[in-house]
Formats: sequence, structure tokens, C-alpha cells
Amino acid sequence: MNDGDELIVPPDVVYVTYIRTTPREVWDALTQSAFTKQFFFGRTVESDWKQGSPWRLVMPDGRTDVAGEVLVSDQPRKLQVTWFVEWLHDAPKEPTIITYDIEPVGELVKLTMTQHTDAKIPRKFLEAGKQGWAAILSSLKSLLETGEALTIKMNPPE
Amino acid sequence: MSEAVNDVFRALADPSRRALLDALFKRNGQTLGELCDGMAMTRQAVTKHLALLEDANLVAVVWRGREKLHYLNPVPIHEISERWISKYERGRLSALSDLKKALESDDE
Repeated sequence: MNDGDELIVPPDVVYVTYIRTTPREVWDALTQSAFTKQFFFGRTVESDWKQGSPWRLVMPDGRTDVAGEVLVSDQPRKLQVTWFVEWLHDAPKEPTIITYDIEPVGELVKLTMTQHTDAKIPRKFLEAGKQGWAAILSSLKSLLETGEALTIKMNPPE
Repeated sequence: MSEAVNDVFRALADPSRRALLDALFKRNGQTLGELCDGMAMTRQAVTKHLALLEDANLVAVVWRGREKLHYLNPVPIHEISERWISKYERGRLSALSDLKKALESDDE
């Protein structure tokens, strides 16, 4: 966030975890299904992760969970995507933007997940999303540090 | 890891710091000035507590121009509950009661 991209709208959520690993591993974990299905509630990802490309987060049953566009792809330092929850009929039409910043700090890697949107997101979505992100990021940390993700359950949407 | 866990417990052990986290839970992304408004503490005390919360990674900061915005970061608490408490699943109840004792007795 110090590299000149000023935030016009302050973010809604900023989550940070420090992981004993390399930036490359964190990048791979965020962009490859072999990793995401272990720590991201069983979901896989589809994209070539190039700027301007579409990306999708796919549920274990094959339905699309989240879809969007890759806004910034600076491997292995920064990944920014738009985030539309596909199955929420009353979801806001304005995009939510998710940014992952990956920085080495000593022997650790600082992973910052920032969520911001211009839309007024109903609090129920924000709260559910927040609990999900805390689980996802701590499971990712566990996976990269110990080889095992955390057992967290999240029921598929009705 | 254990040092990070100690930092989290130490940070959470203080009622003023818990009050700051509660304030950020109610409204995320506040400046130092905004956080001071709601607190019965000097600006210096709030600054000191925020620094400790930042060190424990319970507060994440974002710069907007010259303004430093403070965000509640619950990820370390989740890490503790998942990795540390559920590791001792069978001792879950006693672990929780130890946690309660540690949080309540360690008010500095």
C-alpha cells in the first residue's frame, strides 16, 4: 500500500497473517487449485492470472462461487481481483475488490488481504465474509507451515 | 509461533486494549484521533496501546495519505483457537478454562 496506489475509498477489511514460507509459495497457494482446495473450503480456482483475464472460484460440486477479473498480477508480490459472489441474488452489483499483498519480513512473509468496495454492503454479508476470511487465512498459514490445512467446514449455499 | 501467541495473549490481557478492539469492531478503519474520542485515555496511552496491538498483529494499519487507519485483525485469534486449542481437542474444556484464567489474571 506504500507503493503509490492511493486508496480513494478506505478498505472495509484488512486482514494480515505472517507465514514462515516464501512469497512464491504464498502466490502459488493463492493461484493453484492443488492448494486452494485444501485451505479455501474445498474450492478450486480457474484463471491464467494475467492482468485483465477472468478468474473463478469453483465449489466442490462444480458451481461457480465467485467470479471476477484480474486487475493486478505482479507475481509474487501482489494480486488484485474483482469479486462477485455469483449465487447471491441480492448481492451488490458494484464489485468488491480483493487485494493480496505479499511481502517478505525477515524470515517470514506478511500476507495482507484487503477488501474494499464502493458499494454499501449489507452488514450480514460483511460479517459472514469476515469469519470466512479469518478461517481461510489461518488455514493457509497452517498449510504452508505444517503441510496440513485446518479442518474447517462451510456448508455450500442453499 | 509461541512468541506470537504470547504477544496476542499479552495484548488481549489489558481491558483498555480490548476496548480499542471493540471500538474497531463497531467501526473499522478509524484514525488515532477518532479512536481517542471514544476513550477515557490520553492520546499517549491510546498510541502506546495501539502500538502493542499492532505488534501482536491484532490491529492492521493502512495509510491513506498522511492518515493512518486502524483495522481489527482477528486472524491471530483464529489461529490460536484452531491451531492451539483444537490441537488438544480432548482437553478442549480445560484449555478454554485455562485461557479464561490467563486472560482474567494477566491484566497489567
